Amino acid sequence: MTRRTPLADSHGAAGARTTEFGGWEMPVEFDSIRTEHEAVRAGVGKFDVSHMGQIDVTGPNALDLINRLTTNDVGDLEPGEAHYSTITDEDGVVLDDTVVYALDDGAYRFVPNAGHDAEMAERCRWLADKRDYEVTVTNATEETGMIAVQGPEATDHFETLTDRSFEMGRFEIEPATIAGVDCRVASTGYTGERGFEILCPAAEVGTVWNALDCQPCGLGARDTLRLEMGFVLSGQEFDPESRPRTPYDLGLDWVVDLDTTFVGRDALEAEAENGPDRHLTGLRLIDRGVARHGHPVTTPDGEEIGSVTSGTMSPTLGEAIALVDVAAGSVADGDVVRVVVRDEPKKARIRTPPFLDR
Amino acid sequence: MSDDIPADRRYRETHEWARPEDGTVRIGISEFAQAELGDVVFVELPEVGDALSVDESFGVVESIKAVSDLYAPVSGEVTAVNDALFDRPELLNESPFEEGWLLAVDPADEAELDALLDAEDYADQIA
Repeated sequence: MTRRTPLADSHGAAGARTTEFGGWEMPVEFDSIRTEHEAVRAGVGKFDVSHMGQIDVTGPNALDLINRLTTNDVGDLEPGEAHYSTITDEDGVVLDDTVVYALDDGAYRFVPNAGHDAEMAERCRWLADKRDYEVTVTNATEETGMIAVQGPEATDHFETLTDRSFEMGRFEIEPATIAGVDCRVASTGYTGERGFEILCPAAEVGTVWNALDCQPCGLGARDTLRLEMGFVLSGQEFDPESRPRTPYDLGLDWVVDLDTTFVGRDALEAEAENGPDRHLTGLRLIDRGVARHGHPVTTPDGEEIGSVTSGTMSPTLGEAIALVDVAAGSVADGDVVRVVVRDEPKKARIRTPPFLDR
Repeated sequence: MSDDIPADRRYRETHEWARPEDGTVRIGISEFAQAELGDVVFVELPEVGDALSVDESFGVVESIKAVSDLYAPVSGEVTAVNDALFDRPELLNESPFEEGWLLAVDPADEAELDALLDAEDYADQIA
């Protein structure tokens, strides 16, 4: 059964085109991807991200559990702080990427990708069992609504809905009342712009959504925005089955803290010494065309070195950009390679992401 | 709805149109097709002199989100290509039935046109 967010009926009424994503019926675009993308880069836009998983871990061993589960050092987080992290298996292969929020009273909330909530809650319980941790794991996905408000005007727009200011640093979370609804507001997002993510009860997310008087945006713009920043997407840049990659393969060294004990740590320590096998980087097409997921990447001589994981025509740059997964050491920034598009090799230049300065 | 679908041409189920014009046939995609695709960013077309075979893929249209094959409504030799689309692919969104045309061909068999949908039947298909 396809899952629907509490806002799905409202998106339908607004004329959004929808698709199935991670088991959820989600809006792809409300107006046009370009319009929505530009609103976020130049103004402000809102996204329904209620399809993201919401897992709460509480109890005396909550910190121990989250530290075992994820690669980053959760002990670094004060209440009200958050960070980006990955969840790996024993081989150091990324199962999911997530934001971990430290809430009050030693409670943690983490946000796995759409459709991963049951699996990740189960993984927490398995770990708790194995280590005899005293914790309570709650899958709050169905009870939670989440809206991302993103763009250079997000703060100003946001402050019209409340009587307080939101001068938050990056990656913080605090309680707030928005449009009369008790929420948590986090200064996080996945577009490269300043902005917020609002977490609130599913039953009240419509009130908050309707109070936000800005461009509604779908998954199409969410994808082009994150791609311009070089942010990885589960199922595209990594997939435990079809594209098993470690955080190092993905260039996510900064979310791995080998001084903590987590599942996959030993495998990653070995890889840190020997260097990763793969290298996630970017390219811009020189020839006309668009590189898409799965297109082979070769040297100018035609030797295959990897493939495109995500590609689009960048609405901001007006150029075809892509993230590519290639053999480690096969390319350097500025190298000219080929992307094979429908059997035709097209010239492209390697460019380390992000594609935009933000 | 059918008011928006010009009756001066025929349609393929895959949303290409073909309009006879003084011995040649002009080819494009429909309003429905451009709306489904969204922002068109790239068009790949054959060159003048190339041959089109009915029902076979002759190029692609790419929007930000998707790639879509183009299928030939008729066979024939390409006599003109809408070069304006290479610099302004958005013409396909703005004016799919007129300024956003794709190709003109010298048709090999005008009877192939009769096998296509008329405006009314095409309107029923996308209704």
